Amino acid sequence: MTKIVNIKKGLDISIRGAATPSAPMDVTPATCAIIPDDFPGITPKVDVKEGDEVVVGSSLFHDKAFPDIKVGSPVAGTVTAVVRGERRKLERIVITPGSSPSVSLDFEVSNIGDRTRAQQLLLDSGLWSWMRQRPYNIVPRPGVDPRDIFITGFDSSPLAPDYEMLLDGHQKELDAAISLLGKLTDGTIYVGIHEGSCLESLQGVEKVVVNGPHPSGNVGVQICNVKPVNKGETVWTMDALTLLRIGKLATTGKLDMSVTTALTGCEVTAPHYITTVIGADMKSVLKDAVNNDDIHHRIISGNVLTGIPVGEEGYLRFPYNQVTVIAEGDDFAEFMGWASLSPEKMSVNRSFPGHFFKRKFCPDARILGGRRAMIMSGVYEKVMPMDILTEYLIKAIIARDIDRMEQLGIYEVAPEDFALCEYVDPSKLELQKIVQEGLDYLRKELS
Amino acid sequence: MKSLRKYLDRIKPDFEPGGKFHAFQSVFDGFETFLFTPTTTSRSGVNIHDSLDSKRVMIIVVLALIPCLLFGMYNTGYQHWLAIGATSFPFWQLLGYGFLALLPRLIVSYVVGLGIEFVVAQWRKEEIQEGFLVSGILIPLICPIEIPLWMLAVATAFSVIFVKEVFGGTGYNIFNVALVTRAFLFFAYPSHMSGDKVFVATESICGLGEGNVVDGFSGATPLGQIAANVGDSLTLTGVTGEPLSYWDMFLGLIPGSVGETSTLCILIGAAILLITGIASWRIMFSVFAGGIIMGAIAHAFATPMYPASMLTPLEQVTLGGFAFAAVYMATDPVTASRTNPGKYIYGFLIGVIAVLIRTYNNGYPEGAMLAVLLMNSFAPLIDYTVVQSNIRRRLRRLKAKV
Repeated sequence: MTKIVNIKKGLDISIRGAATPSAPMDVTPATCAIIPDDFPGITPKVDVKEGDEVVVGSSLFHDKAFPDIKVGSPVAGTVTAVVRGERRKLERIVITPGSSPSVSLDFEVSNIGDRTRAQQLLLDSGLWSWMRQRPYNIVPRPGVDPRDIFITGFDSSPLAPDYEMLLDGHQKELDAAISLLGKLTDGTIYVGIHEGSCLESLQGVEKVVVNGPHPSGNVGVQICNVKPVNKGETVWTMDALTLLRIGKLATTGKLDMSVTTALTGCEVTAPHYITTVIGADMKSVLKDAVNNDDIHHRIISGNVLTGIPVGEEGYLRFPYNQVTVIAEGDDFAEFMGWASLSPEKMSVNRSFPGHFFKRKFCPDARILGGRRAMIMSGVYEKVMPMDILTEYLIKAIIARDIDRMEQLGIYEVAPEDFALCEYVDPSKLELQKIVQEGLDYLRKELS
Repeated sequence: MKSLRKYLDRIKPDFEPGGKFHAFQSVFDGFETFLFTPTTTSRSGVNIHDSLDSKRVMIIVVLALIPCLLFGMYNTGYQHWLAIGATSFPFWQLLGYGFLALLPRLIVSYVVGLGIEFVVAQWRKEEIQEGFLVSGILIPLICPIEIPLWMLAVATAFSVIFVKEVFGGTGYNIFNVALVTRAFLFFAYPSHMSGDKVFVATESICGLGEGNVVDGFSGATPLGQIAANVGDSLTLTGVTGEPLSYWDMFLGLIPGSVGETSTLCILIGAAILLITGIASWRIMFSVFAGGIIMGAIAHAFATPMYPASMLTPLEQVTLGGFAFAAVYMATDPVTASRTNPGKYIYGFLIGVIAVLIRTYNNGYPEGAMLAVLLMNSFAPLIDYTVVQSNIRRRLRRLKAKV
């Protein structure tokens, strides 16, 4: 019997610029980059130097503490830059694709009979570092058996790409991936899906139909409503696109690092899908796609809630499947915006007329106010479908009170779970940053 | 607008560190962000933000207070005209009289309160916070019209400094700033805060409302009359001894603190606050529920020893500051309970205690003020139990696993 979870709290932010579901255009990037910050929990040790030839899957860097964890190259080509920042922190490794960019290392997949071999395959291929674990939302530590594995089968964030379109017709690969993952845990593999999803036919998993607004697609929300993480437990998480990638590896022995990305947002001329490579440079990705107006743009790798503003010179970043372009807004003088009755103002608050129209908005990146102490109460609760007292957890994190953080459920959360709270907050607090810092602090103190 | 923006950009350097007016940077910043939405864009986390900010929150509360403010002006004039024995009540003169009577109080409250806010903001090198926009209008509305201006100034200063700023400013205070102002006046200058002389303006202002107070005039508020009532029967009267109808009490044409007399206008304000979702319906609803239930209990055991117990529950919530406190004071999010279950308990107890104090302690006819302040101090305790139950739930889950 399929379990059904109905999420009531949450919010579907209605923004213009969803990608039209049509055949994706191919885009060959000029360069690709892998950014170690996208793989939290890894302290990178570089395995390549400038000028090295690499193929898809060649290790670019590995983790200092667990050398088995590595991140592989997304393309075959030449390493053209190993960029370091302050205190020699590795910022990114840039690869220029060669003449046949999709040549991959070959992996032995014929006998992945036991847990060790299955684990080794994921570690060797670098796909291990695409998974995350709760607590801490980091790349899983090898040697810890996960209680369960949670896979989210859809993305509910604003303008998110439609997973169905990307997963359909890959039944064989998905089944192979599940059978591989099944070897890694004694627990259950949970898959959060929509009704009628192509993932419904998966075997060997516990399917959970999740209804409701964003953040219903966040894996953390699904865990919390199915089987929350307790202190001392570890669960692994991933999205269904990573599952498909693992499946392709398990069936062919080769890595497929191509990615279908949705170009979305108000400032994209004709929002559509493209097929490119992990870590593709934004100039190639957005060539001729962005409105040619004279306002400042914010180019976000990801969605508007959790994505990272990377700018024109940036690269496609984890999880690689969406780019959003909106107006920056810093070049726009709005007279007495706090008093505005314009229907163009986007808000959950009913004092803005726009709230009452079923319309799509074009928000810019301004924070539309000033940072304040927490004044209003109960605003976070309305968009937080987890059994977490957001305000109190945030305060415990700010106070660096470890006992309190544990008591209030820090092990269950990831920064992305607070994205909607941060969006609606009239005090404009940087909640995701606070949670990330709290998780980092906790990991440092408890290790 | 463009020229204003250009002008601000031109004078801005003067207010930055090193400029000739750098001591007024916070003030300049306050006015600049008031006039133009700041162009700060998000630097971490979400890339878009909701349009609601604390300026808008505060301004909606001020908007919700406007009906009470306007009616308070009219009623100030009306009570004065009644007191001088007038037979005709020219609307604009009444309103004008009330306006002139109230204006100095508004100015004093804002100048003192905002002045302190500006200084503290500059001292701490912070943005000016908007909290006092609401407190500044609340203070004159919850005080008697005849309170001397210097007392108002002293009380406002005390309240803003010792109730808000020492705790860290808006968002950190434990007690409601406006209510502490009133409590300060109530305990420091009791003769100016109760009795039958302070609630009705008797002097003429700028030639408006000239005339002498009629014989038999008594400016006692209904609650004041109840507290002094002797005997089995209870008749509430207006300033000239005419009995008051329930309709008068609901409309608010009775003596009392400036803004709290009209239940009708308070309900309009409540509607604004609830429709926009700025105030918590949980708190508002449970304050009224608590008041009506306690009123019913008191009424069921009515005794001449406690004359207020002879009021019906409906009169309990219409008279005095009860409704005003329920709508504007108890719902102050900073000092109220912050958890949803906690809000019901917090509100309900305010309602109960307000009626309890007013009924069984004849010395304090205005129980609503004390009830809200008392519950302000208990709000963290209520929240503590709610948070604790969340923690226990998590612990039980952990134990069940082992």
